[in-house]
Amino acid sequence: MTNQTSRRSFLKGAGATALGAAALPFLRVLPAAAAGKDVIVTVIGQTINSLDLHRTGTNRPSYQVAVNAYDRLVSFGTKTLPDGSLSYDYSVIEPEVAESWEFTDDGMAIVFKLRPDGKFQDGSPITAQDVKWSFDRAVSVGGFPTVQMKAGSLENPEQFEVVDDLTFKVNLLRKSKLTLPDLAVPVPMIINSKVALEHATEADPWAMEYLHKTPAGSGAFKVASWKPGEQLVYERNDDWTSGPLPAVKRVVIREVPSPATRRALLERGDIDMSFDMPNKDAKELSGSEDLTIVTTPVENAIYCLCPNLAFEPFKDKRVRQAIAFAVPYEEVFQTAAYGRGIPMWGGESASPEDIAWPQKFPYSTDLDKAKALLVEAGYGDGFEVPLSIDLSQSDWMEPAALLIQENLAKIGITATIEKIPGANWRTASLVEKRLPLALETFGGWLNYPCYYFFWAYQDGHLFNSSNYRNEEIETLTPEALHMSVEDPDYAPKIKRMIEIAWDEVPRIALWQPALNVGTRDLSGYEYWFHRQPDVRSLSKA
Amino acid sequence: MAGRLRTVGLRITHAIPVILGVVVVSFLLTRALPGDPAVYFAGHAADEASIEEVRTALGLDKPLPEQFLIYAGNVLTGDLGQSLSSGQPVLQDLANRLPASLELTLTALLLSCSIAIPLGVLAATRPGSAVDHLCRVLVTAGVSLPTFFTGVMLIYIFYYLLGIAPSPLGRLDFIYIEPDRVTGFYLIDAAIAGDWETWTGALKQLVLPATTLALFTLAPLARMTRAAMLGALSSDYIRTARAAGLTEDKVLFTYAFRNALLPVITTLGMVFSFTLGANVLVEKVFAWPGIGSYAVEALVVSDYAAVQGFVLAMALLFVALNLVIDLTYTLIDPRIGFETR
Repeated sequence: MTNQTSRRSFLKGAGATALGAAALPFLRVLPAAAAGKDVIVTVIGQTINSLDLHRTGTNRPSYQVAVNAYDRLVSFGTKTLPDGSLSYDYSVIEPEVAESWEFTDDGMAIVFKLRPDGKFQDGSPITAQDVKWSFDRAVSVGGFPTVQMKAGSLENPEQFEVVDDLTFKVNLLRKSKLTLPDLAVPVPMIINSKVALEHATEADPWAMEYLHKTPAGSGAFKVASWKPGEQLVYERNDDWTSGPLPAVKRVVIREVPSPATRRALLERGDIDMSFDMPNKDAKELSGSEDLTIVTTPVENAIYCLCPNLAFEPFKDKRVRQAIAFAVPYEEVFQTAAYGRGIPMWGGESASPEDIAWPQKFPYSTDLDKAKALLVEAGYGDGFEVPLSIDLSQSDWMEPAALLIQENLAKIGITATIEKIPGANWRTASLVEKRLPLALETFGGWLNYPCYYFFWAYQDGHLFNSSNYRNEEIETLTPEALHMSVEDPDYAPKIKRMIEIAWDEVPRIALWQPALNVGTRDLSGYEYWFHRQPDVRSLSKA
Repeated sequence: MAGRLRTVGLRITHAIPVILGVVVVSFLLTRALPGDPAVYFAGHAADEASIEEVRTALGLDKPLPEQFLIYAGNVLTGDLGQSLSSGQPVLQDLANRLPASLELTLTALLLSCSIAIPLGVLAATRPGSAVDHLCRVLVTAGVSLPTFFTGVMLIYIFYYLLGIAPSPLGRLDFIYIEPDRVTGFYLIDAAIAGDWETWTGALKQLVLPATTLALFTLAPLARMTRAAMLGALSSDYIRTARAAGLTEDKVLFTYAFRNALLPVITTLGMVFSFTLGANVLVEKVFAWPGIGSYAVEALVVSDYAAVQGFVLAMALLFVALNLVIDLTYTLIDPRIGFETR
């Protein structure tokens, strides 16, 4: 546990400035909203299980620690969405620890100039050596961080070069548009290597055990206390050098597993923010006066129905298309997602107008067409198939599967719903790819269509749970993956890829999911691709 | 007394094979579970290679017998391994969470005993009366309302509508700091530290979840008390006692109640063990960091070390519990020869 500060004494102090010393004795019984403008209380449904993103077994909710307690070389900008809410801006890369950067003349290296006044939370300067150590660690420890670094063509420690204390050079394996954005995701966080090395041992050269419980970064917030299964408390780093000082001094992240309880807390005003609310609660609360419910579509993500090409009837394109015409899209969207997200059906044309991704697939519910396609494929009498769902995502998968099952029955396909426990799901659907028909939810952090295709349409890749292989996709995807978006060849390639994906439908798009966040008297909430609370921008109204 | 101590020692040694069996069975059962922790914990974009790296890091690439030997050796040295889902050593998790569950369960049982036993006695002494009917209604309601429903309903009424209960945020509202750890029971630790503010805070948080659990455990206790009291009251020795002109109080409490206590204690033991493992739903609803939800979450993600640690801890607890119940028998009824068994 890091420095255990007294929460009560702090809240009292914060309250004293806001309410005056006379109110002190009553402070204990006041709700969080009255605890002062300096403290924000947020509830989440899951557990933060590590303070080190690079560690094996670190779960998704823990990524927020990398965001709030660590900095990266660069970050993304901010933009305002059509509905008035804030989102990170994928097209703008902004300085964080790096002050500026430029590509070398041949374009095969990026040289970063670090801020000369950059300081870690312990007051020591941020140097290029720290950056190199952190990047070396990310590409060496294996597992998720290494895979994510690889996505940006950052693969081995030799690529990272210390020029001098404040100059850091990344040598590129290939020119790729993904490299710079990949430096702004949570993974390449900059760790204080002096502190980490003090705690490294021969068996543990990357100080995994130490950093697991004690962050050593330069981020805007320090972790004041962490009790897994209960709460995590951030305290502002008043000497933050990588950006404007956050408005609040303290953020409490409290873990409350029951969605009903989270909702009651928000409605009662005892908390300021409920992160990742269920669609149902978001829909029901969105009309209320005191609360702001922000629903942001998750970029580059689609909830899909995936027919597996390793199984006989689905080898035939017409059978897959028949299923795509049989899905009751609107009912599924309203029942399973409570209408929160973006419909991904009913596209007008069979070839895409632009390279936006995801965009509406050219299918809609048309049982006659589905039936005709099945007859044409020689399956007029139908067949039997198990439809698999993940028990840990049953909140949306179960209603979706039941509705799909009902419509498949109308075209003669008997689907039996198979519920797979959460621990087994990834193995069955993604690693072994042995489910004949299953629901799937891939979303890519790096917001490019080619990145989505790389993971979900290329043969053998993890999220291609349909065992799909198309020679043209196999050629086009790697070509487009690293190519600049401005390249005149890029758009035609992507359009062709989308056209194939639509025609052959190894993945039947249902809808684009959304992230719901409920706040009360809070401003500055910003959506990020990592779907974790970035508390740096928050302030109380 | 020395004899009794010796027997207690003997009983503990008898428990050793049970514990060994639990270690083996829990190891084998977790391995038999479907699911691959390496895949699960390799993260959401892991490829074959990184899954293999994780498998090696977790020691899951070794043959089963070797894994078992490593595990058994670690258990002997008191190392229950590292939980993947919470990221903490299992021993530490259990030390944090078991007191939370015990505090909740014990408070609930205390509450439910203090209502159920008098109610059962009253119902038995006045069969067919209003008290008897009240007892029946309460018992039926207690069994038929699932705990999560009672929990959500109590939150809705006392927190959401009336606003008199504190926010259901676990063991302590975040404005209190937890008391220095001595036993892990917040009420006891706060009392030791003399921090009555925190003590009150912890007690307030306990009221709703403990009531929820108490309502559920009320039923078997009240029913058992009533039945046992009815049996005792209709027996020969009570008739004799009454014929001998003993006062009604003496007859009721010294003779009838003491004899009726044995089945009640047995039921209490069963209810306790059942509740400790089964209050997952109450823990979830009240964000209570207890052992039930810990075990369920670990099970869902095939977190072997955590599941094994949980099973082992529960086994040890039950061995201790049975011992305590057997000892209580001999205190209540001297005819039961503890030494001879």
